[in-house]
Amino acid sequence: MGRSLKIVGGEVYDPANGVNGAVREICVQDGKIVESCTGAAEIIEARNLVVMPGGVDIHTHIASPAVNAARGFRPEDHRHGLMSKRPGIRSGVGFTVPSTFATGYLYTKMGYTTVMEAANAPIGVRHTHEELIDIPILDKGIYVLMGNNEFILKYLKAGEMEKVKRYVAWLIRSLKGYGIKLVNPGGVEQWKYGKDVESLDDKVYYFDVTPRQILKALSWANESLGLPHPIHLHANRLGIPNNYLTTLETMHALDGSRLHMAHIQFHSYGGENWGGFCSKAVEIAEYINAHPNVTTDIGQVVFGDATTITADGPWQYRLYKLSKNKWYNQDIEVETGCGIVPYVYREKNYVNAIQWAIGLELFLLIRDPWRVFLSTDHPNGGPFIFYPWIIKLLMDKTFRAEMLKRVHKRVLSDTTLPKLDREYTLSEIAIISRAGPARALGLQHKGHLGIGADADIAIYPKDDDREQMFEHPVCVIKDGETVLQEGEIVGSRDGKTLFVIPPEVGEMDPEFKTEFENYYTIEYENFPIDVEDIPNPEAIPAGAAR
Amino acid sequence: MPPVILRVKEAPTGVPLEAESISPDLFADRSREEIEALPVALGNESHRLGDFFQVEGERSDQIEVDGSIPRVKWVGSGMTRGRVVIHGDVGMHAGSYMRGGEILIEGNAADFLGVEMEAGLIRVRGNAGHRAGAAYRGSKFGMRGGIILIEGDVGHEVGAYMRRGLVVIKGNAEDFLGARMAAGTICLFGRAGLRTGGGMQKGMIVCMHPVELLPTFAYDCIYAPIFLRILFKGLKRLGVQPTPQQANGLYRRYHGDLAEIGKGEILIPA
Ligand SMILES: [Zn+2]
Repeated sequence: MGRSLKIVGGEVYDPANGVNGAVREICVQDGKIVESCTGAAEIIEARNLVVMPGGVDIHTHIASPAVNAARGFRPEDHRHGLMSKRPGIRSGVGFTVPSTFATGYLYTKMGYTTVMEAANAPIGVRHTHEELIDIPILDKGIYVLMGNNEFILKYLKAGEMEKVKRYVAWLIRSLKGYGIKLVNPGGVEQWKYGKDVESLDDKVYYFDVTPRQILKALSWANESLGLPHPIHLHANRLGIPNNYLTTLETMHALDGSRLHMAHIQFHSYGGENWGGFCSKAVEIAEYINAHPNVTTDIGQVVFGDATTITADGPWQYRLYKLSKNKWYNQDIEVETGCGIVPYVYREKNYVNAIQWAIGLELFLLIRDPWRVFLSTDHPNGGPFIFYPWIIKLLMDKTFRAEMLKRVHKRVLSDTTLPKLDREYTLSEIAIISRAGPARALGLQHKGHLGIGADADIAIYPKDDDREQMFEHPVCVIKDGETVLQEGEIVGSRDGKTLFVIPPEVGEMDPEFKTEFENYYTIEYENFPIDVEDIPNPEAIPAGAAR
Repeated sequence: MPPVILRVKEAPTGVPLEAESISPDLFADRSREEIEALPVALGNESHRLGDFFQVEGERSDQIEVDGSIPRVKWVGSGMTRGRVVIHGDVGMHAGSYMRGGEILIEGNAADFLGVEMEAGLIRVRGNAGHRAGAAYRGSKFGMRGGIILIEGDVGHEVGAYMRRGLVVIKGNAEDFLGARMAAGTICLFGRAGLRTGGGMQKGMIVCMHPVELLPTFAYDCIYAPIFLRILFKGLKRLGVQPTPQQANGLYRRYHGDLAEIGKGEILIPA
């Protein structure tokens, strides 16, 4: 029998179960939350402390061939943030692209227990799993990149929708993936010919399909397979002035279906050019407020060092030209692309300052916290270790006002941020950082403290400085075991790999196998990842078709 | 203030000793016992400085190392004041990240001398290795200020990614001298290797001997740069004496690297 414990006297924030700061006893047995413990239970005294479910990050880049390339590409990043080994704890390095063990410890130190790796080319997923397995403590899942996959583009060109669906199911099943990711649909394929798509109706070279078709087809496949998470979309035109029009058009194109818009801050820009760069957060927030089918994570910008890593090759080329930093570009044949550019966000740079403000505007203007989630699109907007700083900005308007004095003055005149005096409550923070993402992911046993939920629990000190509070949990419990105590990792353990089993929709036809073997560097039979290769798998069944 | 003298007790020969503790900033307020207790690393083992050196004197920002320590790394790394004299060779990373003060190496310096230093003076009587005054792998900029003066020869990629400051080499340099320089000045009295100034954006490399230039450098003119006279006047104070021909003569000016923004300059006596 596993450990039994009772957390007593704490103020519990469990918004999924309507608990808002009431003092409740939380009972844990065998790694799950239970009604009451059957035998003697260890008592965790939580008087004057805040108890929340473990954090859930819906969008982060912590493992993959791309992240690993970024580590190699940025040795300077690994000369800082040195973490020494201690008994039971491995050493680590890195700031924007930390090494695997460090990643697990750093998330745990903020009270996070579940994270989603947001961009993976199918061919690299085996590597990603290997890295995720090495990341201690956390439960992890993988989104698989599909928005520029040439098999999908080919089936779309031929109008063979059933084949799209079968292929998507085959990919998710073979790769032990969690969901469908699209990055600049059509644009990354176009980049292989040195171009990008300008609108939703641009035709992709050779395939003659449009981003709109790709979006609709993958959204349809996702919903008809009953996958728990909607399509996870990095929309077209990321980072470019006036892209908010494309963003609105994209959401409109998928009106009525579930949709997760990733790092929407990077998609809420106005202005004809960089000189006229401005915020369109109001327009985007208005649309999201009126459309309950849309969820989003912000991709908040944090000042300082960042590493941009994305499949969005054409955008990375633009960023390289703008920043004059070093640039990594890769063609992942048949599947997608990849670009890496280091970047520094500066308070006094008006574009960076407005980006920072747009993120906060969106957080404050989107009224339903269940549909807006905390992210920095780590490490694109900045490293995840700054989540507590963002929480402070959201909860403390005085701190926001102080920051407004420091950043470029155009934020004052060109954004609504100075006029927004909403302050997030603890319950709302619990929603945007745990309950909400878990719900959007369809993870019914995560992000809450109801009976049967995984006993992933973070206990925070009550501190008026919300950054201090969320940076220094008193205790973190993962699957019923204490993993962090008084700021130190005390019991590293392996986390689980979460993956979805899609319904049976038919075998791939022999023609596909031939083609696969023609194009791939690996045998068809070797492509799928055996569940035996994953030490702690947890299958999440797909739901009914929508 | 009498200097603290470090006499080599047991010089490491295999695994190098990492001794960023040998720094005036750390010695200045410490007693002899405290200096002996400063940590050094031999591989993954932690030791005391006193295990390897006999310490004489205390509380001084003047340090003298009596002997050759070619396997001792990071001497004077990050120092901001005072003076370190090494009566012999020194290991890698000496004076890296240095922000002030002076290091005098009477023998040879190994690789990564004065890497990413911001201010101060490093003088080497002998030769220096690769990447002196350059950037560490991955960093955007190398040396950001200060002076490195090497009387002997240097290795590859010296002054690479330099951002500001001055590197003077009285001997010869190997390949990629001043590669990807962003600014700053390199003055080479000996001969240069291949691809001098490859990828340089701005900054200046003065080569006193003919150089085989990359095709992405373009010839501009012959002139007598006033800047050089001022530079050489300053160098005299450091004991570098250019010939009258070098000091007052004409130079051919090339600009490049045109594969980049092409605002760098290479000067060669006409
Ligand atoms: Zn992302």
